[in-house]
Amino acid sequence: MSAAGAVLLEAVDVRKRFGGVQALAGVTLAVAAREIVGLIGPNGAGKTTLFHVLSGFAAPDGGEVRLEGRPTTGLPPHEICRRGLARTFQIVRPFRGLSVLENVRVAALVRVSRAAVATRRAREILARVELADRAEQPAAALTLGDRKRLELARALATEPRLLLLDEVMAGLTPVETDRMVALVRRIHADGVAILLIEHVMRAVMALSHRVLVLSQGQVIAEGPPAAIAGDPRVIAAYLGEAYVPEAPEPGPC
Amino acid sequence: MTGGGDGAAATAAARTPIRGAGRWLGLAAALAGLALLPAVLSSYAVTVCILIFLYAYLGQAWNILGGYGGQLSAGHAAFVGVGGYTTTLLAVHWGLSPWGGMFVGGALAAVLGAIIGGLAFRFGLRGFYFVLLTVAFAEVCRIVVLNTDALGGALGLYITFTGDPWQLQFRDNRGYYYVALGLAAGATGVAALVERGRLGAYLVAVREDEQAAEALGVDTFRVKLAAIVLSAFLTGLGGAFYASYLFSLQPNAIFGIPLSVDIIIRPVVGGAGTVMGPLLGAVLLAPLAEAARTYFAQGGRAGLHLVVYGLLLIAVVLFLPRGAYPHLRAWRRSRGGR
Repeated sequence: MSAAGAVLLEAVDVRKRFGGVQALAGVTLAVAAREIVGLIGPNGAGKTTLFHVLSGFAAPDGGEVRLEGRPTTGLPPHEICRRGLARTFQIVRPFRGLSVLENVRVAALVRVSRAAVATRRAREILARVELADRAEQPAAALTLGDRKRLELARALATEPRLLLLDEVMAGLTPVETDRMVALVRRIHADGVAILLIEHVMRAVMALSHRVLVLSQGQVIAEGPPAAIAGDPRVIAAYLGEAYVPEAPEPGPC
Repeated sequence: MTGGGDGAAATAAARTPIRGAGRWLGLAAALAGLALLPAVLSSYAVTVCILIFLYAYLGQAWNILGGYGGQLSAGHAAFVGVGGYTTTLLAVHWGLSPWGGMFVGGALAAVLGAIIGGLAFRFGLRGFYFVLLTVAFAEVCRIVVLNTDALGGALGLYITFTGDPWQLQFRDNRGYYYVALGLAAGATGVAALVERGRLGAYLVAVREDEQAAEALGVDTFRVKLAAIVLSAFLTGLGGAFYASYLFSLQPNAIFGIPLSVDIIIRPVVGGAGTVMGPLLGAVLLAPLAEAARTYFAQGGRAGLHLVVYGLLLIAVVLFLPRGAYPHLRAWRRSRGGR
Protein backbone atom coordinates (compact mmCIF):
# COMPACT_ATOMS: atom_id res chain seq x y z
CA MET A 1 0.00 0.00 0.00
CA SER A 2 1.40 3.38 -1.03
CA ALA A 3 1.92 6.17 1.46
CA ALA A 4 -1.27 8.02 2.30
CA GLY A 5 0.06 11.46 1.48
CA ALA A 6 -0.50 14.81 3.11
CA VAL A 7 -3.53 15.37 5.29
CA LEU A 8 -6.36 16.89 3.26
CA LEU A 9 -9.27 17.01 5.64
CA GLU A 10 -9.29 17.22 9.41
CA ALA A 11 -12.20 17.29 11.78
CA VAL A 12 -11.29 18.09 15.35
CA ASP A 13 -13.73 17.38 18.15
CA VAL A 14 -16.76 18.27 16.07
CA ARG A 15 -20.01 18.59 17.96
CA LYS A 16 -23.50 19.11 16.68
CA ARG A 17 -26.76 19.10 18.52
CA PHE A 18 -30.29 19.25 17.14
CA GLY A 19 -32.61 20.19 19.94
CA GLY A 20 -32.35 17.40 22.45
CA VAL A 21 -30.28 15.10 20.25
CA GLN A 22 -26.49 15.22 20.37
CA ALA A 23 -25.88 14.08 16.81
CA LEU A 24 -22.12 14.49 16.91
CA ALA A 25 -20.43 14.21 20.28
CA GLY A 26 -16.85 15.11 19.53
CA VAL A 27 -15.76 13.53 16.26
CA THR A 28 -12.11 13.67 15.31
CA LEU A 29 -10.86 12.27 12.02
CA ALA A 30 -8.46 12.91 9.22
CA VAL A 31 -8.34 11.95 5.56
CA ALA A 32 -5.08 12.02 3.64
CA ALA A 33 -4.55 12.81 -0.02
CA ARG A 34 -4.29 9.27 -1.37
CA GLU A 35 -6.71 7.50 0.92
CA ILE A 36 -10.08 5.95 0.59
CA VAL A 37 -11.61 6.05 4.03
CA GLY A 38 -14.79 4.19 4.82
CA LEU A 39 -17.25 5.56 7.36
CA ILE A 40 -19.63 3.01 8.74
CA GLY A 41 -22.00 2.82 11.65
CA PRO A 42 -25.57 1.98 12.54
CA ASN A 43 -28.42 4.22 11.43
CA GLY A 44 -28.64 7.38 13.45
CA ALA A 45 -24.97 7.31 14.26
CA GLY A 46 -24.45 10.78 12.81
CA LYS A 47 -22.70 9.90 9.57
CA THR A 48 -24.74 12.11 7.25
CA THR A 49 -24.75 14.86 9.86
CA LEU A 50 -20.98 14.67 9.82
CA PHE A 51 -21.05 15.04 6.04
CA HIS A 52 -23.31 18.07 6.38
CA VAL A 53 -20.82 19.67 8.76
CA LEU A 54 -17.82 18.80 6.61
CA SER A 55 -19.45 20.17 3.46
CA GLY A 56 -20.89 23.33 5.00
CA PHE A 57 -24.55 22.46 5.11
CA ALA A 58 -24.54 22.58 8.90
CA ALA A 59 -22.37 24.61 11.22
CA PRO A 60 -20.99 22.67 14.16
CA ASP A 61 -21.63 23.76 17.71
CA GLY A 62 -18.08 22.98 18.64
CA GLY A 63 -14.83 21.84 17.12
CA GLU A 64 -13.18 22.70 13.87
CA VAL A 65 -12.98 21.47 10.30
CA ARG A 66 -9.90 22.13 8.19
CA LEU A 67 -9.38 21.55 4.51
CA GLU A 68 -5.72 21.53 3.44
CA GLY A 69 -4.91 23.27 6.69
CA ARG A 70 -7.38 26.12 6.23
CA PRO A 71 -10.43 26.25 8.51
CA THR A 72 -13.73 25.76 6.73
CA THR A 73 -15.97 25.76 9.77
CA GLY A 74 -18.97 27.95 9.06
CA LEU A 75 -18.22 28.50 5.38
CA PRO A 76 -21.13 28.08 2.96
CA PRO A 77 -21.26 24.90 0.88
CA HIS A 78 -20.43 26.60 -2.40
CA GLU A 79 -17.23 28.01 -0.96
CA ILE A 80 -16.16 24.65 0.44
CA CYS A 81 -16.85 23.13 -2.95
CA ARG A 82 -14.65 25.74 -4.57
CA ARG A 83 -11.88 24.86 -2.17
CA GLY A 84 -11.91 21.30 -3.37
CA LEU A 85 -14.37 19.29 -1.32
CA ALA A 86 -17.33 17.83 -3.17
CA ARG A 87 -20.14 15.70 -1.85
CA THR A 88 -22.98 13.56 -3.08
CA PHE A 89 -26.32 13.20 -1.36
CA GLN A 90 -27.74 10.06 0.17
CA ILE A 91 -30.95 10.52 -1.78
CA VAL A 92 -29.73 11.62 -5.17
CA ARG A 93 -30.75 15.10 -6.27
CA PRO A 94 -30.47 15.44 -10.02
CA PHE A 95 -31.73 18.59 -11.71
CA ARG A 96 -34.72 16.77 -13.05
CA GLY A 97 -35.73 19.23 -15.74
CA LEU A 98 -32.26 19.25 -17.29
CA SER A 99 -30.51 16.72 -19.44
CA VAL A 100 -27.69 14.60 -18.07
CA LEU A 101 -25.16 16.75 -19.89
CA GLU A 102 -26.68 19.98 -18.60
CA ASN A 103 -26.59 18.60 -15.07
CA VAL A 104 -22.86 18.03 -15.24
CA ARG A 105 -22.28 21.29 -17.08
CA VAL A 106 -23.63 23.26 -14.11
CA ALA A 107 -21.01 21.65 -11.92
CA ALA A 108 -18.22 22.20 -14.44
CA LEU A 109 -19.01 25.93 -14.46
CA VAL A 110 -17.45 26.33 -11.04
CA ARG A 111 -14.05 25.87 -12.66
CA VAL A 112 -14.52 27.40 -16.10
CA SER A 113 -16.62 30.44 -16.90
CA ARG A 114 -17.19 29.83 -20.59
CA ALA A 115 -20.23 27.70 -21.26
CA ALA A 116 -18.75 25.99 -24.32
CA VAL A 117 -15.67 24.86 -22.39
CA ALA A 118 -17.85 23.68 -19.54
CA THR A 119 -19.93 21.63 -21.96
CA ARG A 120 -16.78 19.98 -23.30
CA ARG A 121 -15.56 19.19 -19.79
CA ALA A 122 -18.97 17.80 -18.94
CA ARG A 123 -18.79 15.41 -21.91
CA GLU A 124 -15.38 14.22 -20.77
CA ILE A 125 -16.68 13.52 -17.30
CA LEU A 126 -19.67 11.67 -18.66
CA ALA A 127 -17.34 9.49 -20.69
CA ARG A 128 -15.32 8.72 -17.56
CA VAL A 129 -18.37 7.57 -15.65
CA GLU A 130 -19.75 5.72 -18.69
CA LEU A 131 -22.82 7.91 -19.06
CA ALA A 132 -21.86 9.45 -22.40
CA ASP A 133 -24.60 7.66 -24.28
CA ARG A 134 -27.22 9.18 -21.99
CA ALA A 135 -25.95 12.75 -22.33
CA GLU A 136 -29.06 14.18 -23.97
CA GLN A 137 -31.60 12.29 -21.89
CA PRO A 138 -33.55 14.12 -19.21
CA ALA A 139 -32.13 13.34 -15.80
CA ALA A 140 -35.57 12.36 -14.58
CA ALA A 141 -35.62 9.43 -17.02
CA LEU A 142 -32.56 7.67 -15.64
CA THR A 143 -32.50 4.45 -13.68
CA LEU A 144 -31.29 4.61 -10.09
CA GLY A 145 -27.89 3.21 -10.99
CA ASP A 146 -27.43 5.86 -13.66
CA ARG A 147 -28.67 8.59 -11.34
CA LYS A 148 -26.00 7.61 -8.88
CA ARG A 149 -23.42 7.86 -11.66
CA LEU A 150 -24.80 11.26 -12.57
CA GLU A 151 -24.54 12.41 -8.98
CA LEU A 152 -20.95 11.24 -8.97
CA ALA A 153 -20.25 12.87 -12.33
CA ARG A 154 -21.54 16.20 -11.10
CA ALA A 155 -19.38 16.09 -8.02
CA LEU A 156 -16.39 15.13 -10.18
CA ALA A 157 -16.97 18.02 -12.52
CA THR A 158 -16.14 20.41 -9.69
CA GLU A 159 -12.61 18.95 -9.75
CA PRO A 160 -12.45 18.06 -6.07
CA ARG A 161 -9.40 16.93 -4.19
CA LEU A 162 -11.65 15.14 -1.74
CA LEU A 163 -14.96 13.50 -2.47
CA LEU A 164 -17.57 12.69 0.16
CA LEU A 165 -19.77 9.85 -1.06
CA ASP A 166 -22.94 9.30 0.91
CA GLU A 167 -24.20 5.73 0.43
CA VAL A 168 -23.45 5.74 -3.26
CA MET A 169 -24.03 1.95 -3.42
CA ALA A 170 -27.44 1.99 -1.75
CA GLY A 171 -30.14 0.40 -3.84
CA LEU A 172 -27.79 -1.03 -6.46
CA THR A 173 -27.82 -4.61 -7.67
CA PRO A 174 -24.65 -6.63 -7.01
CA VAL A 175 -23.58 -6.12 -10.63
CA GLU A 176 -24.15 -2.37 -10.40
CA THR A 177 -22.32 -2.35 -7.08
CA ASP A 178 -19.27 -3.95 -8.68
CA ARG A 179 -19.34 -1.39 -11.48
CA MET A 180 -19.61 1.42 -8.96
CA VAL A 181 -16.73 0.03 -6.92
CA ALA A 182 -14.61 -0.05 -10.08
CA LEU A 183 -15.61 3.52 -10.86
CA VAL A 184 -14.72 4.74 -7.38
CA ARG A 185 -11.35 3.01 -7.72
CA ARG A 186 -10.73 4.75 -11.05
CA ILE A 187 -11.63 8.11 -9.54
CA HIS A 188 -9.26 7.48 -6.67
CA ALA A 189 -6.53 6.43 -9.08
CA ASP A 190 -6.97 9.77 -10.85
CA GLY A 191 -5.92 11.48 -7.64
CA VAL A 192 -9.06 12.13 -5.62
CA ALA A 193 -9.22 11.22 -1.95
CA ILE A 194 -12.45 9.66 -0.87
CA LEU A 195 -14.45 9.48 2.32
CA LEU A 196 -17.42 7.25 1.89
CA ILE A 197 -20.40 6.43 4.04
CA GLU A 198 -21.56 2.94 3.25
CA HIS A 199 -23.75 0.17 4.55
CA VAL A 200 -22.84 -2.20 1.73
CA MET A 201 -20.01 -3.99 3.50
CA ARG A 202 -18.53 -5.70 0.48
CA ALA A 203 -17.98 -2.26 -1.06
CA VAL A 204 -16.45 -0.84 2.12
CA MET A 205 -14.12 -3.79 2.51
CA ALA A 206 -13.13 -3.76 -1.15
CA LEU A 207 -12.41 -0.05 -1.34
CA SER A 208 -11.24 1.29 1.97
CA HIS A 209 -7.67 1.65 3.10
CA ARG A 210 -9.01 2.57 6.50
CA VAL A 211 -12.41 2.33 8.16
CA LEU A 212 -13.92 4.57 10.80
CA VAL A 213 -16.87 3.40 12.83
CA LEU A 214 -19.31 5.98 14.11
CA SER A 215 -21.88 5.21 16.76
CA GLN A 216 -24.03 7.69 18.65
CA GLY A 217 -22.01 10.62 17.44
CA GLN A 218 -18.59 9.27 18.31
CA VAL A 219 -15.84 7.35 16.59
CA ILE A 220 -15.73 4.02 18.40
CA ALA A 221 -13.20 2.21 16.25
CA GLU A 222 -10.69 2.90 13.55
CA GLY A 223 -8.44 0.65 11.53
CA PRO A 224 -7.97 -1.50 8.46
CA PRO A 225 -11.18 -3.08 7.14
CA ALA A 226 -10.36 -6.62 8.23
CA ALA A 227 -9.59 -5.54 11.79
CA ILE A 228 -12.79 -3.56 12.00
CA ALA A 229 -14.87 -6.50 10.86
CA GLY A 230 -13.81 -8.51 13.91
CA ASP A 231 -13.81 -5.68 16.43
CA PRO A 232 -16.18 -6.52 19.30
CA ARG A 233 -17.16 -2.89 19.79
CA VAL A 234 -18.23 -2.65 16.16
CA ILE A 235 -20.22 -5.87 16.35
CA ALA A 236 -21.86 -4.67 19.54
CA ALA A 237 -22.80 -1.34 17.98
CA TYR A 238 -24.24 -2.88 14.82
CA LEU A 239 -25.79 -6.08 16.08
CA GLY A 240 -25.95 -5.75 19.80
CA GLU A 241 -23.90 -7.16 22.68
CA ALA A 242 -25.47 -10.57 22.31
CA TYR A 243 -23.65 -11.12 19.02
CA VAL A 244 -20.12 -10.44 20.26
CA PRO A 245 -18.22 -13.73 19.98
CA GLU A 246 -17.17 -15.37 23.29
CA ALA A 247 -13.49 -15.38 22.53
CA PRO A 248 -11.96 -12.75 20.24
CA GLU A 249 -10.73 -14.19 16.90
CA PRO A 250 -7.02 -13.97 16.28
CA GLY A 251 -6.83 -10.91 14.09
CA PRO A 252 -4.64 -10.37 11.04
CA CYS A 253 -2.70 -7.66 12.93
CA MET B 1 -22.79 1.76 -26.24
CA THR B 2 -20.37 4.62 -25.93
CA GLY B 3 -19.53 4.34 -29.64
CA GLY B 4 -23.16 4.72 -30.60
CA GLY B 5 -23.47 7.78 -28.42
CA ASP B 6 -20.45 9.43 -29.96
CA GLY B 7 -21.84 8.71 -33.42
CA ALA B 8 -25.13 10.39 -32.67
CA ALA B 9 -23.37 13.37 -31.16
CA ALA B 10 -21.13 13.72 -34.19
CA THR B 11 -24.07 13.69 -36.56
CA ALA B 12 -25.87 16.27 -34.48
CA ALA B 13 -22.78 18.45 -34.45
CA ALA B 14 -22.53 18.22 -38.22
CA ARG B 15 -26.14 19.29 -38.58
CA THR B 16 -25.87 22.18 -36.11
CA PRO B 17 -23.76 24.63 -38.14
CA ILE B 18 -26.34 24.56 -40.91
CA ARG B 19 -29.23 24.84 -38.50
CA GLY B 20 -27.38 27.57 -36.65
CA ALA B 21 -26.90 29.62 -39.80
CA GLY B 22 -30.53 29.05 -40.70
CA ARG B 23 -31.55 30.35 -37.33
CA TRP B 24 -29.60 33.58 -37.76
CA LEU B 25 -31.08 34.11 -41.21
CA GLY B 26 -34.56 33.48 -39.86
CA LEU B 27 -33.94 35.99 -37.10
CA ALA B 28 -32.68 38.63 -39.51
CA ALA B 29 -35.66 38.05 -41.77
CA ALA B 30 -38.08 38.35 -38.86
CA LEU B 31 -36.54 41.60 -37.67
CA ALA B 32 -36.50 43.01 -41.19
CA GLY B 33 -40.14 42.02 -41.59
CA LEU B 34 -41.08 43.69 -38.34
CA ALA B 35 -39.17 46.80 -39.30
CA LEU B 36 -41.08 47.08 -42.58
CA LEU B 37 -44.44 46.19 -41.13
CA PRO B 38 -45.62 49.71 -40.15
CA ALA B 39 -45.64 50.64 -43.81
CA VAL B 40 -48.56 48.32 -44.41
CA LEU B 41 -50.39 48.55 -41.11
CA SER B 42 -53.11 50.90 -40.01
CA SER B 43 -52.42 53.19 -37.10
CA TYR B 44 -54.59 51.03 -34.87
CA ALA B 45 -52.67 47.89 -35.82
CA VAL B 46 -49.43 49.70 -35.06
CA THR B 47 -50.79 50.51 -31.61
CA VAL B 48 -51.59 46.86 -31.04
CA CYS B 49 -48.06 45.95 -32.08
CA ILE B 50 -46.56 48.53 -29.74
CA LEU B 51 -48.37 46.98 -26.83
CA ILE B 52 -47.32 43.51 -27.91
CA PHE B 53 -43.70 44.63 -28.01
CA LEU B 54 -43.97 46.46 -24.68
CA TYR B 55 -45.42 43.47 -22.85
CA ALA B 56 -43.03 41.13 -24.62
CA TYR B 57 -40.22 43.34 -23.30
CA LEU B 58 -41.54 43.50 -19.74
CA GLY B 59 -42.29 39.80 -19.81
CA GLN B 60 -38.78 39.02 -21.01
CA ALA B 61 -37.32 41.12 -18.19
CA TRP B 62 -39.49 39.27 -15.69
CA ASN B 63 -38.59 35.96 -17.31
CA ILE B 64 -34.96 36.27 -16.22
CA LEU B 65 -35.94 36.21 -12.56
CA GLY B 66 -39.24 34.37 -12.67
CA GLY B 67 -38.80 31.99 -15.58
CA TYR B 68 -35.15 31.00 -15.47
CA GLY B 69 -34.70 31.66 -11.78
CA GLY B 70 -38.04 30.33 -10.68
CA GLN B 71 -38.46 33.23 -8.26
CA LEU B 72 -42.00 34.33 -8.94
CA SER B 73 -42.26 38.05 -8.49
CA ALA B 74 -45.81 39.40 -8.47
CA GLY B 75 -44.60 42.93 -7.80
CA HIS B 76 -42.70 43.85 -10.94
CA ALA B 77 -44.97 46.85 -11.38
CA ALA B 78 -42.89 48.43 -8.62
CA PHE B 79 -39.91 48.52 -11.00
CA VAL B 80 -42.04 49.88 -13.83
CA GLY B 81 -43.29 52.58 -11.52
CA VAL B 82 -39.86 53.50 -10.19
CA GLY B 83 -38.53 53.70 -13.73
CA GLY B 84 -41.49 55.67 -15.03
CA TYR B 85 -41.68 58.13 -12.16
CA THR B 86 -37.92 58.67 -12.05
CA THR B 87 -37.72 59.39 -15.75
CA THR B 88 -40.70 61.69 -15.71
CA LEU B 89 -39.62 63.64 -12.63
CA LEU B 90 -36.14 64.07 -14.04
CA ALA B 91 -37.63 65.34 -17.30
CA VAL B 92 -40.13 67.67 -15.64
CA HIS B 93 -37.89 69.12 -12.92
CA TRP B 94 -34.44 68.89 -14.44
CA GLY B 95 -35.12 68.78 -18.14
CA LEU B 96 -33.26 65.50 -18.47
CA SER B 97 -34.20 63.68 -21.64
CA PRO B 98 -35.90 60.35 -21.00
CA TRP B 99 -33.25 58.73 -23.18
CA GLY B 100 -30.84 59.41 -20.34
CA GLY B 101 -33.41 59.41 -17.58
CA MET B 102 -34.43 55.87 -18.37
CA PHE B 103 -31.04 54.60 -17.26
CA VAL B 104 -31.34 56.48 -13.97
CA GLY B 105 -34.81 54.98 -13.61
CA GLY B 106 -33.45 51.56 -14.42
CA ALA B 107 -30.64 52.01 -11.91
CA LEU B 108 -33.04 53.02 -9.14
CA ALA B 109 -35.28 50.09 -9.97
CA ALA B 110 -32.19 47.89 -9.76
CA VAL B 111 -31.46 49.27 -6.30
CA LEU B 112 -35.00 48.45 -5.24
CA GLY B 113 -34.51 44.99 -6.70
CA ALA B 114 -31.32 44.59 -4.71
CA ILE B 115 -33.14 45.55 -1.52
CA ILE B 116 -35.98 43.14 -2.14
CA GLY B 117 -33.60 40.40 -3.18
CA GLY B 118 -31.19 41.07 -0.35
CA LEU B 119 -34.00 40.76 2.16
CA ALA B 120 -35.71 37.81 0.59
CA PHE B 121 -32.68 35.70 -0.25
CA ARG B 122 -30.73 36.46 2.90
CA PHE B 123 -33.61 35.08 4.90
CA GLY B 124 -34.29 32.22 2.54
CA LEU B 125 -37.71 33.40 1.48
CA ARG B 126 -38.83 31.40 -1.47
CA GLY B 127 -41.93 30.27 -3.24
CA PHE B 128 -45.05 31.73 -1.79
CA TYR B 129 -43.24 33.93 0.72
CA PHE B 130 -41.20 35.54 -2.00
CA VAL B 131 -44.36 36.28 -3.97
CA LEU B 132 -45.88 37.95 -0.94
CA LEU B 133 -42.77 40.01 -0.33
CA THR B 134 -42.74 41.34 -3.88
CA VAL B 135 -46.43 42.21 -3.72
CA ALA B 136 -45.85 43.96 -0.41
CA PHE B 137 -43.08 46.11 -1.83
CA ALA B 138 -45.14 47.08 -4.85
CA GLU B 139 -48.04 48.04 -2.63
CA VAL B 140 -45.78 50.07 -0.36
CA CYS B 141 -44.50 51.98 -3.38
CA ARG B 142 -48.00 52.56 -4.63
CA ILE B 143 -49.28 53.85 -1.31
CA VAL B 144 -46.25 56.02 -0.67
CA VAL B 145 -46.49 57.67 -4.07
CA LEU B 146 -50.26 57.96 -3.77
CA ASN B 147 -49.87 59.96 -0.59
CA THR B 148 -46.90 62.10 -1.53
CA ASP B 149 -47.93 65.33 -3.17
CA ALA B 150 -44.40 66.07 -4.31
CA LEU B 151 -44.64 62.96 -6.45
CA GLY B 152 -48.01 63.93 -7.83
CA GLY B 153 -50.14 62.17 -5.26
CA ALA B 154 -53.37 60.58 -6.35
CA LEU B 155 -53.64 62.73 -9.45
CA GLY B 156 -50.34 61.45 -10.75
CA LEU B 157 -47.94 63.15 -13.07
CA TYR B 158 -48.93 64.61 -16.40
CA ILE B 159 -46.44 65.05 -19.16
CA THR B 160 -46.97 67.78 -21.68
CA PHE B 161 -46.97 66.43 -25.15
CA THR B 162 -44.44 68.08 -27.40
CA GLY B 163 -43.91 65.32 -29.92
CA ASP B 164 -40.19 65.80 -29.49
CA PRO B 165 -38.25 62.58 -30.15
CA TRP B 166 -35.59 63.75 -27.71
CA GLN B 167 -38.29 63.57 -25.09
CA LEU B 168 -39.14 60.07 -26.26
CA GLN B 169 -42.34 61.41 -27.80
CA PHE B 170 -43.48 60.94 -31.36
CA ARG B 171 -46.32 62.52 -33.26
CA ASP B 172 -46.50 59.46 -35.45
CA ASN B 173 -46.93 56.34 -33.38
CA ARG B 174 -44.52 54.56 -35.70
CA GLY B 175 -41.79 56.21 -33.65
CA TYR B 176 -43.03 54.41 -30.56
CA TYR B 177 -43.29 51.25 -32.63
CA TYR B 178 -39.57 51.22 -33.42
CA VAL B 179 -38.54 52.06 -29.87
CA ALA B 180 -40.74 49.27 -28.54
CA LEU B 181 -39.45 46.86 -31.17
CA GLY B 182 -35.90 47.76 -30.24
CA LEU B 183 -36.63 47.19 -26.56
CA ALA B 184 -38.30 43.84 -27.17
CA ALA B 185 -35.49 42.69 -29.45
CA GLY B 186 -32.88 43.89 -26.97
CA ALA B 187 -34.49 42.15 -24.02
CA THR B 188 -34.81 38.98 -26.05
CA GLY B 189 -31.13 39.22 -26.87
CA VAL B 190 -30.31 39.62 -23.19
CA ALA B 191 -32.47 36.62 -22.31
CA ALA B 192 -30.76 34.53 -24.98
CA LEU B 193 -27.34 35.52 -23.66
CA VAL B 194 -28.36 34.74 -20.10
CA GLU B 195 -29.79 31.38 -21.12
CA ARG B 196 -26.65 30.38 -22.96
CA GLY B 197 -24.17 31.53 -20.36
CA ARG B 198 -23.20 30.67 -16.86
CA LEU B 199 -25.83 32.85 -15.17
CA GLY B 200 -28.60 31.00 -16.97
CA ALA B 201 -27.20 27.59 -16.11
CA TYR B 202 -26.84 28.60 -12.47
CA LEU B 203 -30.31 30.17 -12.34
CA VAL B 204 -31.92 27.03 -13.67
CA ALA B 205 -29.94 24.91 -11.21
CA VAL B 206 -31.12 27.11 -8.35
CA ARG B 207 -34.66 26.81 -9.62
CA GLU B 208 -34.44 23.02 -9.81
CA ASP B 209 -32.69 22.28 -6.53
CA GLU B 210 -31.03 25.02 -4.55
CA GLN B 211 -29.14 22.83 -2.11
CA ALA B 212 -27.78 20.56 -4.80
CA ALA B 213 -26.64 23.70 -6.62
CA GLU B 214 -24.85 24.93 -3.49
CA ALA B 215 -23.07 21.61 -3.19
CA LEU B 216 -21.80 22.11 -6.74
CA GLY B 217 -20.21 25.46 -6.04
CA VAL B 218 -23.08 27.75 -6.98
CA ASP B 219 -23.34 30.85 -4.79
CA THR B 220 -27.11 30.76 -4.84
CA PHE B 221 -27.54 34.06 -3.02
CA ARG B 222 -25.43 35.98 -5.51
CA VAL B 223 -27.02 34.27 -8.48
CA LYS B 224 -30.54 35.13 -7.36
CA LEU B 225 -29.51 38.65 -6.48
CA ALA B 226 -27.94 39.12 -9.90
CA ALA B 227 -31.16 37.92 -11.50
CA ILE B 228 -33.42 40.27 -9.59
CA VAL B 229 -31.12 43.25 -10.15
CA LEU B 230 -30.91 42.60 -13.89
CA SER B 231 -34.62 41.97 -14.14
CA ALA B 232 -35.43 45.10 -12.15
CA PHE B 233 -33.06 47.26 -14.20
CA LEU B 234 -34.59 46.15 -17.49
CA THR B 235 -38.11 46.57 -16.14
CA GLY B 236 -37.25 50.06 -14.93
CA LEU B 237 -36.09 50.95 -18.43
CA GLY B 238 -39.43 49.72 -19.68
CA GLY B 239 -41.10 51.98 -17.17
CA ALA B 240 -39.60 54.99 -18.92
CA PHE B 241 -41.13 53.88 -22.18
CA TYR B 242 -44.41 53.12 -20.45
CA ALA B 243 -44.49 56.64 -19.07
CA SER B 244 -43.59 58.27 -22.36
CA TYR B 245 -46.04 56.23 -24.38
CA LEU B 246 -49.02 56.60 -22.08
CA PHE B 247 -47.78 59.96 -20.99
CA SER B 248 -49.56 60.05 -17.74
CA LEU B 249 -48.55 58.29 -14.57
CA GLN B 250 -51.08 57.20 -12.04
CA PRO B 251 -49.78 55.38 -8.98
CA ASN B 252 -52.65 52.91 -8.97
CA ALA B 253 -52.00 52.01 -12.56
CA ILE B 254 -48.24 51.91 -12.68
CA PHE B 255 -47.59 50.34 -9.27
CA GLY B 256 -50.73 48.27 -9.18
CA ILE B 257 -51.21 44.55 -9.08
CA PRO B 258 -53.10 44.48 -12.40
CA LEU B 259 -49.94 45.67 -14.15
CA SER B 260 -47.89 43.04 -12.33
CA VAL B 261 -50.35 40.42 -13.51
CA ASP B 262 -50.16 41.78 -17.04
CA ILE B 263 -46.40 41.43 -16.88
CA ILE B 264 -46.43 37.88 -15.56
CA ILE B 265 -49.13 36.42 -17.70
CA ARG B 266 -47.35 36.66 -21.05
CA PRO B 267 -44.26 34.66 -20.07
CA VAL B 268 -46.23 32.20 -17.97
CA VAL B 269 -48.71 31.46 -20.73
CA GLY B 270 -46.06 31.56 -23.43
CA GLY B 271 -43.45 29.55 -21.59
CA ALA B 272 -41.51 30.76 -18.58
CA GLY B 273 -37.82 30.01 -18.75
CA THR B 274 -37.63 30.05 -22.52
CA VAL B 275 -36.54 32.83 -24.84
CA MET B 276 -39.60 32.51 -27.06
CA GLY B 277 -42.08 32.22 -24.20
CA PRO B 278 -42.69 35.92 -23.47
CA LEU B 279 -42.87 36.70 -27.19
CA LEU B 280 -45.36 33.96 -27.89
CA GLY B 281 -47.36 34.91 -24.83
CA ALA B 282 -47.49 38.55 -25.86
CA VAL B 283 -48.88 37.60 -29.25
CA LEU B 284 -51.35 35.08 -27.82
CA LEU B 285 -52.69 37.51 -25.28
CA ALA B 286 -52.95 40.48 -27.61
CA PRO B 287 -56.58 39.86 -28.62
CA LEU B 288 -57.69 39.57 -25.01
CA ALA B 289 -55.67 42.61 -24.00
CA GLU B 290 -57.22 44.61 -26.82
CA ALA B 291 -60.69 43.53 -25.83
CA ALA B 292 -59.88 44.69 -22.32
CA ARG B 293 -58.56 48.00 -23.50
CA THR B 294 -61.32 48.89 -25.90
CA TYR B 295 -64.50 47.01 -24.99
CA PHE B 296 -64.35 46.10 -21.34
CA ALA B 297 -63.04 49.43 -20.12
CA GLN B 298 -65.66 51.48 -21.91
CA GLY B 299 -68.52 49.13 -21.24
CA GLY B 300 -68.19 49.55 -17.52
CA ARG B 301 -66.54 46.18 -17.28
CA ALA B 302 -63.11 47.48 -16.45
CA GLY B 303 -60.98 44.78 -14.93
CA LEU B 304 -63.00 41.98 -16.50
CA HIS B 305 -59.91 40.96 -18.40
CA LEU B 306 -58.34 40.09 -15.07
CA VAL B 307 -61.07 37.55 -14.50
CA VAL B 308 -60.28 36.05 -17.86
CA TYR B 309 -56.56 36.12 -17.02
CA GLY B 310 -57.30 34.18 -13.87
CA LEU B 311 -59.22 31.52 -15.76
CA LEU B 312 -56.50 31.40 -18.38
CA LEU B 313 -53.81 30.89 -15.76
CA ILE B 314 -55.79 28.05 -14.22
CA ALA B 315 -56.12 26.44 -17.62
CA VAL B 316 -52.41 26.84 -18.33
CA VAL B 317 -51.41 25.38 -14.98
CA LEU B 318 -53.70 22.42 -15.49
CA PHE B 319 -53.06 21.63 -19.15
CA LEU B 320 -49.86 23.37 -20.26
CA PRO B 321 -47.87 23.80 -17.06
CA ARG B 322 -44.69 24.78 -18.81
CA GLY B 323 -46.46 27.26 -21.04
CA ALA B 324 -47.31 27.15 -24.71
CA TYR B 325 -43.85 27.22 -26.26
CA PRO B 326 -42.31 24.05 -24.73
CA HIS B 327 -45.40 22.06 -25.62
CA LEU B 328 -45.43 23.53 -29.12
CA ARG B 329 -41.81 22.59 -29.58
CA ALA B 330 -42.39 19.05 -28.31
CA TRP B 331 -45.40 18.63 -30.57
CA ARG B 332 -43.43 19.84 -33.61
CA ARG B 333 -40.64 17.43 -32.80
CA SER B 334 -42.93 14.46 -32.44
CA ARG B 335 -44.51 15.24 -35.79
CA GLY B 336 -41.57 16.28 -37.89
CA GLY B 337 -38.88 14.14 -36.34
CA ARG B 338 -35.49 15.67 -35.44
